[in-house]
Amino acid sequence: MALLHIAEPGLSTEPHKHRLAVGIDLGTTNSLVATVRNGIAVCLVDEEGRAMLPSIVRYHADGRIEVGRSAMAAHATDPRNTIISVKRFMGRGVKDVAYIESMPYDFVDADGMLRLRTVQGVKSPVEVSAEILKVLAARAQASLGGELTGAVITVPAYFDDAQRQATKDAAKLAGINVLRLLNEPTAAAVAYGLDNAAEGVYAVYDLGGGTFDLSILKLSRGIFEVLATNGDAALGGDDFDHRLFCWALDQSEIDPPSSEDARRLLLKARDAKELLTACDEASIKATLGSGEKVDLVVTRDQFADMTKHLVQKTVAPMRKVLRDAGLAPEDIKGVVMVGGATRMPHVQRAVAEFFGQEPLTNLDPDKVVALGAAIQANVLAGNRKEEDDWLLLDVIPLSLGLEMMGGLTEKIVPRNSTLPIARAQEFTTYKDGQTAMAFHVVQGERELVADCRSLARFELRGIPPMAAGAARIRVTFQVDADGLLSVSAREMSSGVEASVLVKPSYGLTDDEIAGMLRDGVERASEDIDARALREQKVEADRVIEATLVALEQDSDLLSADERAAIDAAIAETREAAAGHDPRAIKRSTEALSRATNEFAARRMDKSIRSALAGHKVDEIQV
Amino acid sequence: MSIDLQQDFYGLFGLHRRFRIDEAALEFAYHDLQGRVHPDRYAHLPDSEKRLSMQWATQVNEGFRTLRKPLSRATYLLELMGIDAGLHTNTAMSPAFLMEQMEWREAVEEARAAGESEELAQLHTRLRQHSREVFDELARQCDDEHDYAAAAETVRRLMFMEKLQHEIDDALEALES
Repeated sequence: MALLHIAEPGLSTEPHKHRLAVGIDLGTTNSLVATVRNGIAVCLVDEEGRAMLPSIVRYHADGRIEVGRSAMAAHATDPRNTIISVKRFMGRGVKDVAYIESMPYDFVDADGMLRLRTVQGVKSPVEVSAEILKVLAARAQASLGGELTGAVITVPAYFDDAQRQATKDAAKLAGINVLRLLNEPTAAAVAYGLDNAAEGVYAVYDLGGGTFDLSILKLSRGIFEVLATNGDAALGGDDFDHRLFCWALDQSEIDPPSSEDARRLLLKARDAKELLTACDEASIKATLGSGEKVDLVVTRDQFADMTKHLVQKTVAPMRKVLRDAGLAPEDIKGVVMVGGATRMPHVQRAVAEFFGQEPLTNLDPDKVVALGAAIQANVLAGNRKEEDDWLLLDVIPLSLGLEMMGGLTEKIVPRNSTLPIARAQEFTTYKDGQTAMAFHVVQGERELVADCRSLARFELRGIPPMAAGAARIRVTFQVDADGLLSVSAREMSSGVEASVLVKPSYGLTDDEIAGMLRDGVERASEDIDARALREQKVEADRVIEATLVALEQDSDLLSADERAAIDAAIAETREAAAGHDPRAIKRSTEALSRATNEFAARRMDKSIRSALAGHKVDEIQV
Repeated sequence: MSIDLQQDFYGLFGLHRRFRIDEAALEFAYHDLQGRVHPDRYAHLPDSEKRLSMQWATQVNEGFRTLRKPLSRATYLLELMGIDAGLHTNTAMSPAFLMEQMEWREAVEEARAAGESEELAQLHTRLRQHSREVFDELARQCDDEHDYAAAAETVRRLMFMEKLQHEIDDALEALES
């Protein structure tokens, strides 16, 4: 290892200062929140001792919002205002959602993401998800007894940019500082890997309520490296419920059921599916609104048979992910099963058959994702200790590209690239005197743009008039550690520069989020200025503290003058933070941040050079 | 130390500028560097440090990606040696090689049209074996003979072969779905 001993970045230097951080598994069916307490990851429970919060939100006419188990009670009586499985709508339009016609909601096909018309007005899936997150954050604050530094929120590995952005927006709306969006199978691998000191190549098969992910990870010396990921962002336990529900409709010759009856039967189907995990048969009994009775029995074999095409849909991703990783089934040391839907015996059989080994089912498939997220959150918040010397290297699940002439996709960032990644490509004008150029950013593996997901459109203007083919427009894609994309374009040859940043067209605009935040704050009757002040103070403290730690470690990298300038900036920020003007605090915090830019760069260089020194010696030793 | 960390990937990972590299040493250095610069190490720090971390982690990933795969490593090495492999413009290849390529291509096309995934998988394996031999040749040209002009042509041949490999993959994928 590195021979020069220097303090590593991110290592907690003040052991007494424990920051409160949580991991949140925002699931299709259930959501959980977990934290690391005395070095052990635990799920936080509600007053009744339950960890799982059903991901159900009910909007009442009187303005109340109910979340979780109590909302579930109203699923069949007030289906229009009781939203279940909202995760399926995140970053999606009406035409993207499977069997939307059998859903009891009043959809509004807005530009980009769909909306739901409720008794409390039109709601975006982002707002609905934020309600779930608020309940979990409140549970965490009550349980931990303090304000949260931040949270790691998990997303399906196969979520595209629009779905990730929507998740991050929901957290923002819930007032949660997002430390990182973490892929669910990766979170599970962390929890499993650290717990079992696992080394080698593992597969994580994650079949949740509405999403399917398959990731291949290499675990070696504390590095969790995702080699490849694949999946289906619209396949999960819900689909098995729906299949059984359709079967029940067929058998009892009801068509079409009312919204209320459909909801009632769907939940009965889910109960039956869960029973079949342990029993050979289950009954579906319900009394419909008309007084008609449904009374059916389904056997485990019947159920396995009617849903085998769904299990089969997980096989192609298994094959693809292995090919992308350059591996064969026998290279896999263990298969970690995640998600409630992996309890179904015929799913476990299919996985065992494919990999030629029994999958690992010795962990709780419902909780492992939240626990892994909590472990990651603890480290990201700055509570890293010497023994937390592990690191996640994750990938982007789907290729990113641009639309070319003829509706073809040009891939810029290939799938399974390790994050963060930046890629640039040059384009040129095709007409004489052309002064603008339109770009269409897409995500997906298909050759035709029409088959990929449209993420954003933007235009680069102000290109100086030149002959066709003379302009050099450099388009840069940057994907950060959350898997989120920003794109910029720049005309290079003339020295005239223009650059654009895009947000997915399926996401919410900053104005929309600001508006929703304002509404939320008004309802919570919290003073918006007080909130801004509090946030600025927290930020100022954070920057001051980070600077002090850096000075303690590396002040030898600074001249006396440079040191004095930084000290002065710290003093100024401290003074501002003691006052009540959020803008003054912001100004001085930014000034401090600027004053330490060069210092931070030198520290980073020092760290990299010491790594280099370490390798040189290692090489000689080999 | 006078290595420009931003530019030279070999320097970044503490490796000699050769085609043959110690892959384990590269991976070790990669993991060590990411452990120092990765955004997860800076998530609790001010934005300016987060930005710096993202730039570095991006650079380290780019370097690893470039050096890990033999073909991109060779292209990069030639570039450092001042040789433009002319990958996009210089497509003049020996007639024997082009003939061989055509034969491969026909075999792939036939197997695809007939929907023979077994045959495609075999072609895939054979092509991989063949390209391993060509890579050995490339290693000699780069590291022993220092004949970079010859190496550039070998790189161009390998690019053809890789493209064909991708076509087989795509055909297999299409047959499976």
